[in-house]
Amino acid sequence: MTMETTSQTSKPARPAATPSFSIGALFRRPEVGAFMGMVLVFVFFAYFGYDRNFLSPFGTSSWVNMASTIGIIAIPIGFLMIAGELDISIGAMVPAAKMSMAIACGFYGLPFVVGLLITFGIAFVVGWINGMLVTRTNVPSLIVTLATLFAVSGLTLFLSLLLTDTTSQALTSPPVAKFIFGDYHFWGFQSSVFWWIAIAAALYYVLHMSPWGNWILALGGDKESARNAGIPINKLKISLFILTAMAAALSGVCETVLSNSATTTTNFALIFNCIIAVVVGGVLLTGGFGTVAGVFFGTATLAIVQQGIGYTPFDRNLSSLIIGVMLLIAVLMNDTFRNMATSMSASKKGK
Amino acid sequence: MTAPVLEMRNVDKSFGPIDVLHEISLKVHAGEVLCLLGDNGAGKSTLIRTLSGVHKPTRGEMLMDGEPVNFTNPKQAQQMGIATVHQFGGTYPLMSVGRNFFVGAEPTKGWGPFKVFDRQKANAIAVDAVQKFGITRITDGDRLVGGLSGGERQSLAIARAVHFGARVLILDEPTAALGVKQAAHVLRIVNEAKRRGLAVIFITHQVMHAMAVGDHFAVLIRGAIAADFRKGDKSREEIADLMAGGESMADLEASIEGYMETHEGHPPPAH
Repeated sequence: MTMETTSQTSKPARPAATPSFSIGALFRRPEVGAFMGMVLVFVFFAYFGYDRNFLSPFGTSSWVNMASTIGIIAIPIGFLMIAGELDISIGAMVPAAKMSMAIACGFYGLPFVVGLLITFGIAFVVGWINGMLVTRTNVPSLIVTLATLFAVSGLTLFLSLLLTDTTSQALTSPPVAKFIFGDYHFWGFQSSVFWWIAIAAALYYVLHMSPWGNWILALGGDKESARNAGIPINKLKISLFILTAMAAALSGVCETVLSNSATTTTNFALIFNCIIAVVVGGVLLTGGFGTVAGVFFGTATLAIVQQGIGYTPFDRNLSSLIIGVMLLIAVLMNDTFRNMATSMSASKKGK
Repeated sequence: MTAPVLEMRNVDKSFGPIDVLHEISLKVHAGEVLCLLGDNGAGKSTLIRTLSGVHKPTRGEMLMDGEPVNFTNPKQAQQMGIATVHQFGGTYPLMSVGRNFFVGAEPTKGWGPFKVFDRQKANAIAVDAVQKFGITRITDGDRLVGGLSGGERQSLAIARAVHFGARVLILDEPTAALGVKQAAHVLRIVNEAKRRGLAVIFITHQVMHAMAVGDHFAVLIRGAIAADFRKGDKSREEIADLMAGGESMADLEASIEGYMETHEGHPPPAH
């Protein structure tokens, strides 16, 4: 076993791989699939909904607005899923945030900023509890957050009745707060749309450009190795749970300020919508793989189907069927893409 | 002769009343491969964890370069230059070669809180490091590690450890799940690490692989070192017999055959 031949190939003529186009490199990007899916769905609804103004500013903002309320939460959920965890307690966190906002500012008449502090403080605590329970007990996060989903929802209802004697509460916000969190802007876009874009940009930086992104991917890829590599995995997980709860709170605040009211109803549909958006966006259910752009497109696709159906001659109830089929196709496509991403890169031997 | 890079002197490790390691003494010099052979349950894993700072020895001492050391956590051992590479450990299939290489030690550019992961630099260093270890097939740092073979992944992990300044390389069953060709690949990497002056502790239960690269051998049985010898002192059969707990494989085979003869061809019942 001699090493002389192989060890001294110090500076091999490496082909300039960066600028050249390769199919393998394309398949490594799950957002490409999500983007193609979104374009396909958009073209479909644009064609069938053209007569009913799907492409008008109002038609556009109707699905973009819906996408934004889901999208603000879906990206952090995507992060958790990449890290190998899940958080379904958001379904209770959103109404909890709405109620705490409405009770603090609407019922007790506290300043808006104080209401925000209380709301995000509560979200921080819920996220921290989720994170602590998951990292300390090693119980799967689905079960932990299922428990906190019911706990938070029960507590919201109980406290609302205790404090205000009702399950719904009106809220009038000052104009500045209204403008920032819940107003209709040009084309009928809600304020939450801009929050969605800002959060997507910020989290794009975190996942794809900062070192933390590498940690999140590594954590989901192989927890033990990540720990051995010196990544503070528990801290990272807890931070991700806090981020998710805070994002849910932001989405709730935006909705409450927009509609000037809040109710305690737990939003179960939101949980599924977020998971669908993330999976359609190409995030691997088992963790270790995913992109922000993919989740962004996945959320848009979901919203186009759910809102766009009303602009077509088709029955509204068919949207759930379309989403179900779409989800299956997306998962199958993700698997295929992933296999190609790994095999394509391996078979390009001579390159 | 210079002091060994890493040495264990009479190390005991027990968990409560259970003694797992008993009076372990071993040393490994720079540019030398120490093969730790042992069957399943012989205490190999505990020994690795003790060496890499996960467990503290109950009794006895550990020395690096002749100086006593006391690791309180794995991070400390890593900083002293002890790198442990587990089977497939340290590689993430759905991350690129460049990202894999720098997990936990990402190179960044930029300033303040807006530091950006330097993908190009990471890819260039990673590709260069693995190519120097003879894996010429990896040319693109953006490639996903899942597309590499088992041997290449193992080699990537070893190249990574060496790049980050490892002086002692602990390899935990690196060839166990690999085919013949892939295993040969990893053994070449082990030789290359040795050539570069690293002290290598190679844990395996495959005698053939151990004999291909080892300079020094220690056989672990029920938490104690049953035999300690240098290259060429013992034959392959002798080592295999030692690992099986002192019982000769030949004797074992003979007894089974004898049983089968008197029991209409049935093997002895399992207890």
